[in-house]
Amino acid sequence: MIHVLPSIIDGLLIGFVYGVAAMGLTLIWGVMRVINLGHGATMALGMFCTYFLFSDLALNPYLGMVAVVVLSLLFGFLIYGVALQRVIQSGYLSTLLATFAVNMIIIGIGTAVFTTSPRNIDFSAGSITLGPVILQGTRLLAALAAVVITGALYLFLYFTRPGKAIRAVSDNRAAAELMGIPSSHVLALAFGLGTMLAAVAGGLTSTFFPFTILSGATYQLKSFVICVLGGLGNPLGALVGGLFLGALEGIVPTFMPVSWVPVVEFVLFVLVLVVKPTGLLGAK
Amino acid sequence: MNLWRQPGFWPSFLLVFLSGLVVLVLRQDTLRETAFTVLMFIGLASSLNILMGYTGYVNFGHIVFFGLGGYFGFFLVSEMGWPVYLAALGGGVLSSILAYIIGAAVLRLRGAYFALATIGVNEAARAFVSNFEPFGGSTGLYVNFSAYDRYGGAGQALWFTFILLWLVVLAVIVVSYLVKRSRFGLGLSAIREDEDTAMVMGVNAPLDKTKAFLISAFFPGLIGTLYFFKNGNVEPDDAFRFQMSLEILVMVMLGGKGLLLGPIVGAFAYERLRGYLLTSVIFKNLHLATSGLVLLLIVLFVPGGGVGWLRERFPKLRRWLE
Amino acid sequence: MRRLGLGLTYLALVGLFLGFTALPNPALAAEKTVTLGFTASQTGKLNVEAIRQINGLNLWIEQVNKAGGIKLPDGTVLKMAAKFYDDESNKDRVQELYTRLINTDKADFLISPYSSGLADAAAVVAQQNKRIMITAGASSDSTHFKGFSLVYMTYTPASLYLAGAVDLLAKLAPEAKKIAIIHEKDKFSTDSVNGLRKYAEGKGYQVVMFEGYDSGTTDFAPFINKIPAGVDAVMGGGHFADTTTLTRQLYEKKVQTKMIALLVAPPEPKFAELGEACISVVGSSQWEPVAKYSPEAAKAEGVEWFGPTVADFVKEYQAKYGKEEPSYHSAGGYAAGLILQKAIEKAGSIDTEKVKAALDDEDMYTFYGRIKFDTTPKAHGLQLGHQMIIIQWQKDKQGKPEKVAVYPPAAATGQAMVCPVR
Repeated sequence: MIHVLPSIIDGLLIGFVYGVAAMGLTLIWGVMRVINLGHGATMALGMFCTYFLFSDLALNPYLGMVAVVVLSLLFGFLIYGVALQRVIQSGYLSTLLATFAVNMIIIGIGTAVFTTSPRNIDFSAGSITLGPVILQGTRLLAALAAVVITGALYLFLYFTRPGKAIRAVSDNRAAAELMGIPSSHVLALAFGLGTMLAAVAGGLTSTFFPFTILSGATYQLKSFVICVLGGLGNPLGALVGGLFLGALEGIVPTFMPVSWVPVVEFVLFVLVLVVKPTGLLGAK
Repeated sequence: MNLWRQPGFWPSFLLVFLSGLVVLVLRQDTLRETAFTVLMFIGLASSLNILMGYTGYVNFGHIVFFGLGGYFGFFLVSEMGWPVYLAALGGGVLSSILAYIIGAAVLRLRGAYFALATIGVNEAARAFVSNFEPFGGSTGLYVNFSAYDRYGGAGQALWFTFILLWLVVLAVIVVSYLVKRSRFGLGLSAIREDEDTAMVMGVNAPLDKTKAFLISAFFPGLIGTLYFFKNGNVEPDDAFRFQMSLEILVMVMLGGKGLLLGPIVGAFAYERLRGYLLTSVIFKNLHLATSGLVLLLIVLFVPGGGVGWLRERFPKLRRWLE
Repeated sequence: MRRLGLGLTYLALVGLFLGFTALPNPALAAEKTVTLGFTASQTGKLNVEAIRQINGLNLWIEQVNKAGGIKLPDGTVLKMAAKFYDDESNKDRVQELYTRLINTDKADFLISPYSSGLADAAAVVAQQNKRIMITAGASSDSTHFKGFSLVYMTYTPASLYLAGAVDLLAKLAPEAKKIAIIHEKDKFSTDSVNGLRKYAEGKGYQVVMFEGYDSGTTDFAPFINKIPAGVDAVMGGGHFADTTTLTRQLYEKKVQTKMIALLVAPPEPKFAELGEACISVVGSSQWEPVAKYSPEAAKAEGVEWFGPTVADFVKEYQAKYGKEEPSYHSAGGYAAGLILQKAIEKAGSIDTEKVKAALDDEDMYTFYGRIKFDTTPKAHGLQLGHQMIIIQWQKDKQGKPEKVAVYPPAAATGQAMVCPVR
């Protein structure tokens, strides 16, 4: 049973990063009622951005994250303006397909430009040995970065004017508009933030896992699971959901074959949706 | 109702009937392969349309029924030695049973929540089958080449499978039309417009939704068996491609959801476009991006899909373009 | 009158000219182009290995044509040409494209796509349309248990991939007992590790862990955390991308064991990019540039030699593709061509039945090793002649990773080592 501890810790560390990606997805859902099927592709772009900053400009990946933040925010605005603004009122099927189209375009161009050979950021932050547990430096730093980002997002949403506007639109778009909040600006901002969170999560992942332009798909699916576990539209719930999923991925393999993990994950996902659609945290 | 007197039925039926007939007359192998793929997608898209187009429930897991039904049917062929037409029926029946069980749980969800749940169902099914030993686990199942002998050799078997698929797709179209024109179909439309009001007005929504889900799931099981039989093997990654679920959805949208002709036109257009892009020199590397761009333009500017647009533009054609 | 004469001469000249062009020119006697059809994964997860394989095949085509093609007894000269499509490592496309290759592009012979799953899908089409297919880059045993009669295998079958590593372990660490197996859950890797497990257990080893991971996995921590302490060897892997990641994470997680033996990736020259993490990793290779096959050795065994020598192949390959050292995928691509060439020459025809008979009889040595096929109906086309070489990454004098052939002793260029303490 000595395997349980390192397994859980590894799972939790990666759970922080899952959480950041899921926060982006859940924010977009909460504010815009859009399921962003381009989330995974955006994550992959974040990975590539970090990779090129590192390999071509020799920029430390964590410093590079600042550039990723700015670029992805702008990229999010762009996607919103081009693909979503026009259909945001026409129901979830249209927005689903619009984001799916964006996903296809990103992956299509990405495949042509970057090919699908795996890339790897050859950056090591050493490792720390604590008794039976060996922690990789990059995973620790990624978890730390995830905590910082969550904190910043919280401060932004609760203590700044645009942040409060986002929450207001999320609660009740019609009422917020009556109060004079320019909802289309707020929607664009929310989508930008969601995209940014995805790209940053991608960037952090790329410091310890190899990736291709297609790598986002797995994380996108995990993000769905996490969002549902934590309650759709609840950013803090997403982080907790991320940790929960990470821990689950650490614990399940200790008593059954690792390949059964996705079965457990997705069955749990469907169960939670059916039994308690507000999420395990169960707000309201 | 006399099906043969309905003007909305004929364009769709004849389109599929005649294109299948042309392939049978010309007897070219390359043409048959291409036609097989196109017909398969027409069948899948049309059966998805029964749920998605008629009731408005977006199912991202339509391919689960293709995968699980196909797996089961293939299992009957390769391990039990059933003839392929019986096995395909078996696959279809299993799909419907599964739809009943899954539907009992997830059909209670509405809108985006239902859509999300179906994504989960798809992934859970794929992960489960890749661990399920009777279905060969992650390496899947295969038929021995001699299995084709009972149909008069491999070449004959492929033609036979093609004819079966053609008949199945024709059946999908007939059933789609009958459902749409029945009282039951009107109930489904009412659910699509406003489920709560529909229930107040006396539509038994839970029962009708489940029935639509069962019918919609039956055909992918049949088609899956035929497809894997043609391939000669089946593996989890081929059977549960999430991408394929999405593509089918795109086809329905492209042609026009809720219309009989919509998925047919959509599947045909999408497959031809993709085939063309894949083999053209300029677009070979950008085929995915180009398909994405086409989809985006449709969603943004022609939300009714191709056939929907025609209906709007030429009201006189409406009775033909159901 | 003079004008008439001129006119007649002119006409006669034109006539002569036309006559000559219309007459068969004996110097250019019936040249025929033989089309080899295949699909390749230029994109998709398998592209590294697949591109090397195409490089090898293209080199063979170029050399055959440069040497004047294959001459048949009836005077026909066959020139080779390749026709291929990108299958994106996607099985859906493979069958449609192979049907197209056969019927529209009129391919005379087929080469398989890379990887067993894709090759299986293509084999069905080949057999259905009665075309011979040489598989390259596909080594699942199971492909040949399906009743095909026109599919021939270039590689040593998967089930024998890591058998040599077990033998090496016995030699290197006689006290070793416990083996942990972590493998990709695709056809090829599953066939290999099932073969490995049977072989190892037959030799008295205990398989203490047997886990599969999905293709495309990047996080191996859950598997590595599950490796029991005191394991003597970690074996398995899958294809290049995932196996490289597994190797790196085994290193980062400081897994302590006597031997790490993995599939596919270690023999690839690119594997050296792992640096310290690749040191002492063992892999089995279909072929290595250091291989010692030679016409003399073939003669000693009483088997015919065919094609270039090892040194010539390496030299020509590097001349064509820059510095890139040929890997076994490259050699396999070239060997697939040689197998066909030999059979066509022997059959004196490109008729499917005649070439098939020649392939069934084929038994030869090439730079790639021995080639001989199983001809029983139960496992038709299975490769019987060819043998694996076990390699290990060690440090050279400058401390850089260097690939050393360590087993079997006849092929060894150095001594095997036990994994260092990490």
